[in-house]
Amino acid sequence: MTETKIHGSAVSMATLRKTPTGISGLDEVTGGGLPRSRSTLICGPAGCGKTLVAMEFLVRGITEFNEPGVFIAFEETAQDLVENHASLGFDLAQLEADGRLVIDHIDVVRADTKESGEWDLDGLFLRLEVAIQAVGAKRVVIDTIETLFGAFSNTVILRSELSRLFRWLRQRGVTSVITGEQGDGTLTRHGIEEYVSDCVVLLDHRVTEQTSTRRLRILKYRGSLHGTNEYPFLIGEMGVSVLPITSLGLRHSVSAERVSTGVDRVDVMLGAGGFYKGSTVLVSGTAGVGKSTLAAQFCDATCSRGERAVYFAFEQSEAEIVRNMTSVGMDLKKWVDAGLLEFQCFRPSRLSLEAHLFAVQKFVTEFEPAVVVMDPISDLVRVGTGVDVSDLLTQQVDFLKGKGVTALFTSIFSALQPTEAELKMTSLVDTWLRLETMEGNGERNRVLYVLKSRGMAHSNQIREFLLTGHGIELADVYVGPHGVLTGSARQAQEAMELTDVTARTEELEQRRINLERRRQSVEAQTATLWREFEDEADIVGRLLSHGSTGNEDRAEQRAERDRLRRGNPDKPDDVDQKLDTPVGAP
Amino acid sequence: MTVAEEIWHLRLYVAGQTPKSIRAFGNLKHLCEAHLAGRYEVEVIDLLEHPSLAQSDDILAVPTLVRRLPKPLRKVIGDLSNTERVLVGLRLEPESP
Repeated sequence: MTETKIHGSAVSMATLRKTPTGISGLDEVTGGGLPRSRSTLICGPAGCGKTLVAMEFLVRGITEFNEPGVFIAFEETAQDLVENHASLGFDLAQLEADGRLVIDHIDVVRADTKESGEWDLDGLFLRLEVAIQAVGAKRVVIDTIETLFGAFSNTVILRSELSRLFRWLRQRGVTSVITGEQGDGTLTRHGIEEYVSDCVVLLDHRVTEQTSTRRLRILKYRGSLHGTNEYPFLIGEMGVSVLPITSLGLRHSVSAERVSTGVDRVDVMLGAGGFYKGSTVLVSGTAGVGKSTLAAQFCDATCSRGERAVYFAFEQSEAEIVRNMTSVGMDLKKWVDAGLLEFQCFRPSRLSLEAHLFAVQKFVTEFEPAVVVMDPISDLVRVGTGVDVSDLLTQQVDFLKGKGVTALFTSIFSALQPTEAELKMTSLVDTWLRLETMEGNGERNRVLYVLKSRGMAHSNQIREFLLTGHGIELADVYVGPHGVLTGSARQAQEAMELTDVTARTEELEQRRINLERRRQSVEAQTATLWREFEDEADIVGRLLSHGSTGNEDRAEQRAERDRLRRGNPDKPDDVDQKLDTPVGAP
Repeated sequence: MTVAEEIWHLRLYVAGQTPKSIRAFGNLKHLCEAHLAGRYEVEVIDLLEHPSLAQSDDILAVPTLVRRLPKPLRKVIGDLSNTERVLVGLRLEPESP
């Protein structure tokens, strides 16, 4: 043998062989199932679901892994078992008829039995052998072996016989499940965990705030890694489902495809095109801001693309939602009629958290919607404690992402005091739209903004969110010196701005007219001036042309005067002298 | 007593010829001769040969003695080495207080 071979065999030996249970989630928690050819103890208090888990182990073995089984029932009769499991969709009678299952009820009544001397349990061994051979069983359930402690008084013999039984089962090569009722401070009343030491599964059934939760824990699994947490489990229409919260990984494939939000401007705010397909969206806000309307419009848009959507409503009935949405011009009924939109309306307190998760998962698996709306998730907080809710939501988100379903959760957030679950939620979601009301001017107005959106160049703007007769519309808010204005204040501001603009326009027009008038007046004045100038120029011109004749005139006048003076011959030059010389001159 | 006068039908379930089953048969025979002489029938069933018969009387432990008649059904488990317990179990003697 080469060294590598030794290594190889060492590895395969180290890895315990396992028998898958087929129970949803349990195989993940146990890393593949229960130890093959060994005994597993399932214990817990009365009514925790031991018998059911054990029976499902057999039924799944038969239907999914082709491993016939034997059920040794000490407590319930075969008829009871058949009836009790019919509600889970297990047709035990049919499996028995097909020769794949044996249910052997052993009635242990102590009253008519006495003990005298030594005995052994060969009768039981033989019955087991007969049953195993009858169907070629690979799986055996003994429910509840501890009943034998009530039937036999010689516990020394009984204990040694039980330990022989488990050795025998192991040699027989069958994988067995033994159930045991929890004792006071011990795992089982009579300590049979001493004999069954390979794997111990503890079931629990707790009631917290009037809501019951079933939990499962792998207490021990010799030679195997296993989840150590407490896992919620539930018993639903399809049997047992263990919810391995921490075992779900972040392995889902992602899509770069966008899906429209149904509101064009919201799409624009998210970069381009809307939410990423398969992403998780949180729409939060105070009461009455239009979260449901946004959710419904998203559904509407989804359905109009011919894709399916499911609306989980925890506060309103289908009829209420459909009616309310008609007020914003949305006709959801036609999508319901077309089979594209499905409403699931129930009060969260009706079911436990796990049942919720299961119901949602079951529905989503069957209906295969592209979009899931849960309105509002904050109602779930009422059902469980904070940690539970966030676990549930983590689980839910992982599940939906795994399915590539775009999920929109609404949540009523009190802006002042977000709870732990809400805080956790915010880190879980990819896109967070926040709706708020802004108070002022004697009114409340809705605004929307993108608080976060992973992997998107989203808008940082606050938009006013209007519910109109034809759906949701976004309007730019007025951001001015007085802060963000919405509603009538915004309208008033807009009106005011409009008035301002008009006023300015009018003023300009007036000034233009004035200018024109001025121009006209200037032109008129200019014309007048020109006219005056021309008149003057005319005169001057005329004067200029008369200039030479003027001199001649003067000469003529002098000549005339001279002539007149000659009329006075005495002093002809005196007169002239007197006229030409200033008076008084020497 | 009417019960004492009836024919007793007893059935002893064993699983093979084990020391316990041989002891049980011996003890039973001795006991019947002492208390039910002439009015008893004993049927020994070896479950190794007829394993399916274990179901009819809900047999888990062997050896098991079943009083089939007179009614009602009574069972005594073990190799019947404690005679007093057997007599009580078969209601041949009243249970000691």
